[in-house]
Amino acid sequence: MASMMELGSEEDPCASTFSLVDEDHTLANSLRYILNRDPRVEFCGYSIPHPSENRVNIRIQTTGDPAKDVLKDALQDLMVMCQHIRKTFTNAVDQHKVAKRQGEVSMKSGITEPSTE
Amino acid sequence: MAIEKVFVANNTSVIQEEVLAHRLGLVPLKVDPRLFEYKSESDLANEKNTIVLKLDVVCSRQDGRIKNATVKSEQLQWLPNGSEYQIEKTSKTYTSFSCSQETLPALKDNPIASRYPDIILAKLRPGQCIELEAHAVKGMGKTHAKWSPVATARYRMLPEVALLENIRDSLAEELVEKCPVNVFDIEDLSRGRKKAVVARPRDCTLCRECVLGDGWDKRVQIRRVKEHFIFSVESTGALPPDVLFLESVKILEEKCQRLLVELS
Repeated sequence: MASMMELGSEEDPCASTFSLVDEDHTLANSLRYILNRDPRVEFCGYSIPHPSENRVNIRIQTTGDPAKDVLKDALQDLMVMCQHIRKTFTNAVDQHKVAKRQGEVSMKSGITEPSTE
Repeated sequence: MAIEKVFVANNTSVIQEEVLAHRLGLVPLKVDPRLFEYKSESDLANEKNTIVLKLDVVCSRQDGRIKNATVKSEQLQWLPNGSEYQIEKTSKTYTSFSCSQETLPALKDNPIASRYPDIILAKLRPGQCIELEAHAVKGMGKTHAKWSPVATARYRMLPEVALLENIRDSLAEELVEKCPVNVFDIEDLSRGRKKAVVARPRDCTLCRECVLGDGWDKRVQIRRVKEHFIFSVESTGALPPDVLFLESVKILEEKCQRLLVELS
């Protein structure tokens, strides 16, 4: 079962629509945001043909590079972003736990730690 | 992990079996779902993909007092060795556990039970009893909300409260009074004069009380900081909220990975 099809790229590889199965706004909107920040992208948008069907169409039109490559780069960027978020979050949580422990220790002297969200 | 199949041996209560099964499905279980595997319909129920819980309550009258009138979720007992009910005309039970689930290091000191002990499952009167076995499996919130480990998740942008002009003395005190969440503070200047400062912009609920009155919207401006999000994640109890956040970022990463493999 193909979970992705590339349509409309026979004549012009710079513009094509990628039809993804078993995907929704979670991936499509994130990808669209990243693609729009790419200077090679002339147009980028996504649509959900029917809400009952688990399918999403992402349209990419570029200024010369094949749309497939631009999509690959955007996916890489998104992955790198996710990894960065995980690392930063884990560090921040660890720091917060350490600070909280120190705050409990120094509770006797009346020093309280500010809470972070 | 949530209860999916309920095997009812005896139910003389007024609660219909399907209603009771529905309620059991919604009970949050205190178990890390990452320790288990998904189970499809064709898979055999074994110790890696199923959790068996038993509910055995009889309501009786003893010494003038009624026992077990209310069935609470703490009365769900974990059966680490699997099902106790035998399939008709065979010597097998409904599950095929090759070893006790208690041998798993993560479960040894954390017995599986309902996350909250005081959830009312059913109400009984003397003479009524409920005897059933519930099988819990791993699932996704997409299929049914009972499997979702997240209670509520929301995000908001960091509010920025800007004072466009210096607000002094009586106006400063008025401003501090106005804010229902105490975003502003008074800073004492020399010679008894006071100045208003923004002390806790993060607490701002964007109620706009501070810009409400006469000419106040020229003195205070409420904006949002771009690209600064405050996420609030509430867990149902199975996993702590920081783990939930990390797992969800991992899911997004996995989606990208899958697509990249398809494209190459």
